[in-house]
Order: sequence, then structure tokens, then C-alpha cells
Amino acid sequence: MIELIGKKVGMTQIFNEKGKLFPVTVVQIEPNLVVRHKTQEKDGYNACILGFGVKKNPNRPYVGIFKSLGMKPTKILHEARESFLDWKVGKKITVSVFSEVSKVNVTGHSKGKGFAGVIKRYGFSGGPKSHGSKFHSQPGSIGTSKTPGRVYKGRKMPGRMGSNKVTVKNIKIVKLDEAKNLLFLNGQVPGPTNGLLIIKSVESYQLQAAGQTKDSELTAHNS
Amino acid sequence: MVSIDEIDKSLIADKKLPDFHPGDKIRVYTKLKEGDKTRTQKFEGTVISRRGQGLRETFTVRKLSAGYGVERIFPLHMLNLDKLEVVKKGKARRAKLFYIRKKK
Repeated sequence: MIELIGKKVGMTQIFNEKGKLFPVTVVQIEPNLVVRHKTQEKDGYNACILGFGVKKNPNRPYVGIFKSLGMKPTKILHEARESFLDWKVGKKITVSVFSEVSKVNVTGHSKGKGFAGVIKRYGFSGGPKSHGSKFHSQPGSIGTSKTPGRVYKGRKMPGRMGSNKVTVKNIKIVKLDEAKNLLFLNGQVPGPTNGLLIIKSVESYQLQAAGQTKDSELTAHNS
Repeated sequence: MVSIDEIDKSLIADKKLPDFHPGDKIRVYTKLKEGDKTRTQKFEGTVISRRGQGLRETFTVRKLSAGYGVERIFPLHMLNLDKLEVVKKGKARRAKLFYIRKKK
């Protein structure tokens, strides 16, 4: 899988060739820096460490990591658990790696909703609003009587909602803008504007390297 | 920093549309595809609303057809929009003319 770090720019609409309107999310992928490779022999597993953005006021140990490599400290370091051995250390990876990809999985941090009741958090239907009803948006009964004499574990109750790690799978890539490093994805992705996203291709990287991407899928979203 | 408004602008197809406002009587030509043939359909009526900005802007046209009010909402930047003509300039004192729905 190709795996890069991006930033959500916002949502807009786009027309395809047939004139149909699509909702799209624009993701900016500032070139990701290959910081280091982890290898089976040295680290016990294969991975590639990517850097994104520019870090403000980095501390000295953090600067040290990058200084030995002759790089500037990045804001984010992310470990992609796949070996991209043709991505040399110090290389900047741009959106163009997604040019052969049709679908991606996007991971982000969903918007926090604060302390939410059971209707918003779990979709409970609540009680009647009128006709003398005094039962509006309470959770209702939370269990049985003497047997078992306790509330079952996992009972859905009010609490903190949102701000979770969320992955949306199989999002189609509508368009690529290589000059501005933009990725146009069909539909929604988790998180607020300017939120960080991890974008993974659905197909394996090895397959793509061998040129085995499905062309039918590439054109499918245009129909 | 890229802003969504800039991206919106870059996505708008360069099409010269006349300046029109709510209250104007306009004629909208849209391309329709029927099988392999494309033909142009026109819709003439009064603009009663314009909403949204950038790529997402739409306008509503209302006409009377056989005594019944018919309204169509067009995205301003849609690709099938062939041509747009202002037939008659109108005088509207508000931005949304929804009151004409009640007027007989």
C-alpha cells in the first residue's frame, strides 16, 4: 500500500464529463519526506518513516534526529508499515504516486462533540415531544431488577462523543492536481478542516509496481 | 496554504454568462442528451433567487405553465448550461422573490 500524510483543505463540488455533480473533499499533500527506513534485520520489521510539514520551535533532541540526516525538522513523523525501498531517504514523495491508484482508505481524527446524550451519541429514538409526555430525551431503563441486580457491561449511556480515530474505506479518487499537490476524493473524510489524514491506497504497492492496477476501476467513477 | 475558495475558482469553467439578478426575466438553454443525439432545451421565466457562492452557486427560475407555477433550480456553473439570455431587466426590491408564489 502507498501511505502518505495529508491535510484536509475542505469540501466542494465537481462536475464529471457527463455533467453530473459530485461532492468532493480536497486533501493537500505537501511533499512527504522519507526520513528513515526500518528493516527486518535491524528493527525486527519493515517500515518507512515519513515526515510532514515544518515544526515550529523544535527541541534539541528532535533537531538532532534530522541534523544527522541533513534535513529540517518536520511537524509530524509517521511510520508506514510497508517497505518502500525505492523511496530513498531524503526523497520527497508527492501526490503523483497516487496517479495509478483508484481507491484509498483515509484515516483521521473525527470532530469532538463533547459530552453528548444518548440520542445524539447512539441514535436512541427518545420519547414523545408533546401530548402530556414528560419523557423526552432520557435513556430510559438501563437494566432489569433483582436478577442480575447490576447494569450489564457495554450499556449505551451518555458520555464523550467524537474525537476518535476513524477510517473511511474505499474512497474513490476523482482528480489529482500535481502542480498544487492536491487530491480530490469522492465524498467525506473524517475530521475538521486542516486536520491531518493518513491516506492509504487500497491496492498493494507491490502490485502497482508491477503495473497490475485495474484499469476498469480507474474509469468506473466517471460513469 | 491552499484555500477552498481558490480551488473553487480554478474548477469553474470559463464561461461568459451575462449579469442577471432576481426579478429579471431570463431564458436558459440547457443541453440534453437523448440516446446519441444532443438537443437544446430552453426554460424561460423569472429569476426568484440566487444562492451560494463560487462553484456552488445556484439560481431558481419560476414560470407559469398552463396556470401552474413551475420552478427549476440550476447550478450556475453546470456543464450542460449552454447559453443564458436576459429577456427583460426586472426591478426587485429584495434578493429573494418567494412572495410571488402566493401572488395570483
